[in-house]
Amino acid sequence: MRHILAKSLAPTDSIRDYMAAQEKKSLLRFLTCGSVDDGKSTLIGRLLSDTKQIFEDQLAALERDSRKHGTTGDDVDFALLVDGLEAEREQGITIDVAYRFFATPKRKFIVADTPGHEQYTRNMATGASTADLAIVLIDARQGVLRQTRRHSIIASLLGIRHIVLAVNKIDLVGFDKTVFDSIVADYTDFAKGLGFASIMPIPMSARFGDNVTSQSERTAWYSGPSLIEHLETVSVDEAAVELPFRFPVQYVNRPNLDFRGFAGTIASGTISQGDEVVVAKSGRASRVKRIVAHGGDLEQAIAGQAITLVLEDEVEVSRGNMLVSPDARPQVADQFAANIVWFDEQALLPGRSYILRTETDQVSATVTDLKYRVNVNDFAHEAAKSLDLNEVGVCNLSTRAPIAFDPFAENRTTGAFILIDRISNATVGAGMILHSLRRAENIHWQSLDVGKRGRSDLKNQRPAVFWFTGLSGSGKSTIANLFERKLFASGRHTYILDGDNVRHGLNRDLGFTDADRVENIRRVAEVAKLMADAGLIVIVSFISPFSAERRMARELMGEGEFVEVFVDTPFEECARRDPKGLYARALSGEIKNFTGVDSPYEAPENAEIHLETLGRSPQEMAEALEHWLNERDIAEEQYDNGGGI
Amino acid sequence: MNIALTHLQRLEAESIHIFREVAASFSKPVMLYSVGKDSSVLMHLAMKAFYPAKPPFPFLHVDTTWKFREMIAFRDQMAQKLGFDLLVHVNEDGVRDNINPFDHGSNTHTHVMKTVALRQALDKYGFDAAFGGARRDEEKSRAKERIFSFRNAQHAWDPKNQRPEMWKIFNTRIAPGESIRVFPLSNWTELDIWQYILQENIPIVPLYFAKERPVVERDGMLIMKDDDRMQLRPGETVENRLVRFRTLGCYPLTGAIESDADTLEAIVGEMLTARTSERQGRLIDRDEAGSMEKKKREGYF
Repeated sequence: MRHILAKSLAPTDSIRDYMAAQEKKSLLRFLTCGSVDDGKSTLIGRLLSDTKQIFEDQLAALERDSRKHGTTGDDVDFALLVDGLEAEREQGITIDVAYRFFATPKRKFIVADTPGHEQYTRNMATGASTADLAIVLIDARQGVLRQTRRHSIIASLLGIRHIVLAVNKIDLVGFDKTVFDSIVADYTDFAKGLGFASIMPIPMSARFGDNVTSQSERTAWYSGPSLIEHLETVSVDEAAVELPFRFPVQYVNRPNLDFRGFAGTIASGTISQGDEVVVAKSGRASRVKRIVAHGGDLEQAIAGQAITLVLEDEVEVSRGNMLVSPDARPQVADQFAANIVWFDEQALLPGRSYILRTETDQVSATVTDLKYRVNVNDFAHEAAKSLDLNEVGVCNLSTRAPIAFDPFAENRTTGAFILIDRISNATVGAGMILHSLRRAENIHWQSLDVGKRGRSDLKNQRPAVFWFTGLSGSGKSTIANLFERKLFASGRHTYILDGDNVRHGLNRDLGFTDADRVENIRRVAEVAKLMADAGLIVIVSFISPFSAERRMARELMGEGEFVEVFVDTPFEECARRDPKGLYARALSGEIKNFTGVDSPYEAPENAEIHLETLGRSPQEMAEALEHWLNERDIAEEQYDNGGGI
Repeated sequence: MNIALTHLQRLEAESIHIFREVAASFSKPVMLYSVGKDSSVLMHLAMKAFYPAKPPFPFLHVDTTWKFREMIAFRDQMAQKLGFDLLVHVNEDGVRDNINPFDHGSNTHTHVMKTVALRQALDKYGFDAAFGGARRDEEKSRAKERIFSFRNAQHAWDPKNQRPEMWKIFNTRIAPGESIRVFPLSNWTELDIWQYILQENIPIVPLYFAKERPVVERDGMLIMKDDDRMQLRPGETVENRLVRFRTLGCYPLTGAIESDADTLEAIVGEMLTARTSERQGRLIDRDEAGSMEKKKREGYF
């Protein structure tokens, strides 16, 4: 039995000295990447073991596990140290990134062990996004593989500038220098265009420790440093302190009326009391009155510190905005180009609305143009209509409101964003901004004197967009037509946008793929918005099968203007009615991408009006709609009169 | 200008950033306060993150009723001193059924009094984000977990389908009923925690310091007899030994180590020569392989 720890060896003073030395250590964050079975986890196990980071009880557990799940015969299987999930140990693969920690007398290290399988690329990207250096492992017997290239491209896109090329399992090729040289030549040739500042090739056997912590006698022809020596000394300083001041406002701290502080982490540069700062989005200027910190105000703060700033003047700043240096300001735009890495099984579709999130800002965004997809093998730019899981491409994006940013190449913190799916809330993509688009800088909103309220008052009505959704043949057009006749008869100004009719004109260039359906709805929603702005009551009659696009349309309109009408007729009934003979043709395979047959229909869950059509006449339902509209207008009038303006 | 942040300054800034992100993005966050050293550091960082305001969320202690008495005293003292809003939740069903670690074993006890109790508390108050003090260096399934770790409406973790977590851009979006567990200390190591406690002079429960305490040797561990609910088995005796704790949980499940380290400096000195990991003193991790991952999938922190 062992409860007994070594007696505390050092007297208090030497502990204080030790701590002071620890304080001065720098931190290096790196990841291991490369193809499956190139030995990433084994290398990390070896690093932890050789730097004495594995405790006795952990080693005992590892020996136990090695006998049960190990793949290295009688030897300890170091991969089991990092493959911490049950599924990983059972399948002998790495699924998700694991973070491990070790230190040498010179540096502290946080290492991300990332999966090699293509299907888990997003987990590799997670590990790469916070790393300063990547160890790219290559199995000496295999050479440069597809995944080696994919990981190198993603590492480069995510801003990693330093590579260690670990040519692993060199023992299995007889420590042959010519194999090593040929792999290094292949890789350096491939990586020419990736903008790495340094590539350090090292022949290695992670399993046996050759050139991991010290030079191996078995590779006498190699005169470079061991892996640890290189990691301890490589300089990766991004010098974020040297860049212009950027302070994304994260949280407004307002405990009482006398204190209003802007809390956040300095993304780059430095700030001192009395410095002038500018609000990025409005251009308003002020000066730093205090840099507040627990334990006393600071005179100065630098990139990386989490602080609270108090300004001299009452300027309007909220979360999502940035305080910046007045001399070198970020760009503010609602249209820009970016590299995108896609993480989701559902492909990226141009025209679909996503939530774009920067470190503190959040806006709706649409990919307006997918310029090309990058082939990870040869960097070829390929035309594409969508980006599939794990693909990389260059896109133009348009956001609902302008955001403040720097190109990612200039600032890794203020140039990055993620894309979030509106329905599932999944993180579906990562973006690195290239530059703003000229047209965004040049097109400004014209402010017009006559407004929506004036236009609709003149018509003696409130604008509305009745958005009919439902399967083909569910009765949308019939009900819409009757409804409009009723409104027209009561003196309202209306317009019907009908799916089939619009496809003969405005949308005649669009087909029925998912990407085209998304664009179809986007255009119609924009037109409906303009018509509502003109004061009209708009009736949109479109299948609009995807909830993401209907939500996008809803968010385009003013408060309370969007009325979703779910024309709910069972599929069997629609197919039976089949007014245009389309179901028969779709079911026989003659028409492709037909909603309800081989293309999905996502039924609304919270429609304002739910019309179950079975057993009800179109006339009756049109009356119900008119009644609903009258009720709304009465409610709003009461509100207007009661509230006063 | 050639200045750079130290290792601890970088860790501190990262944790503060995480605290503020939650306060800005969630409607009802809570901090899980387990009274141990990591909770002490977490609380200290929360005070710093929102200074001069107080943290804009309550602290929740899930009391298994088997914590060391000194932990409970320390908890109440800290709540009073720092003036934070302390909620204490006990699984009353478990109390009624007299669930305890001696008769039911560590697995059942932990499941009922900790995991289920936690789920009850989160549901009762409707918290949508909960801070915990877990670190990635503690255990190998924790090494795999995101800083913002998504939980479904049943509080379950799906380790095979975690959201990508890029840069410091956190996806805080959830649907009603879902929640996020947030781990501001993810990238801290045990040594970092002690160094920070020493540097910032953070108060911790006295059980971490060596003192003569009444202990019983059982199942290869030194268990402190904290109250009369612990019955001696035949052949067992209570001895007063100079011991301390490297980690704190329920007293019947937490092994003491023999040590004379009675200052923070001595504890750090001892750590530097330690040959075993801190969770070695935790019975619950050893019950079965992958047991932490299993508990986490059920909603354990």
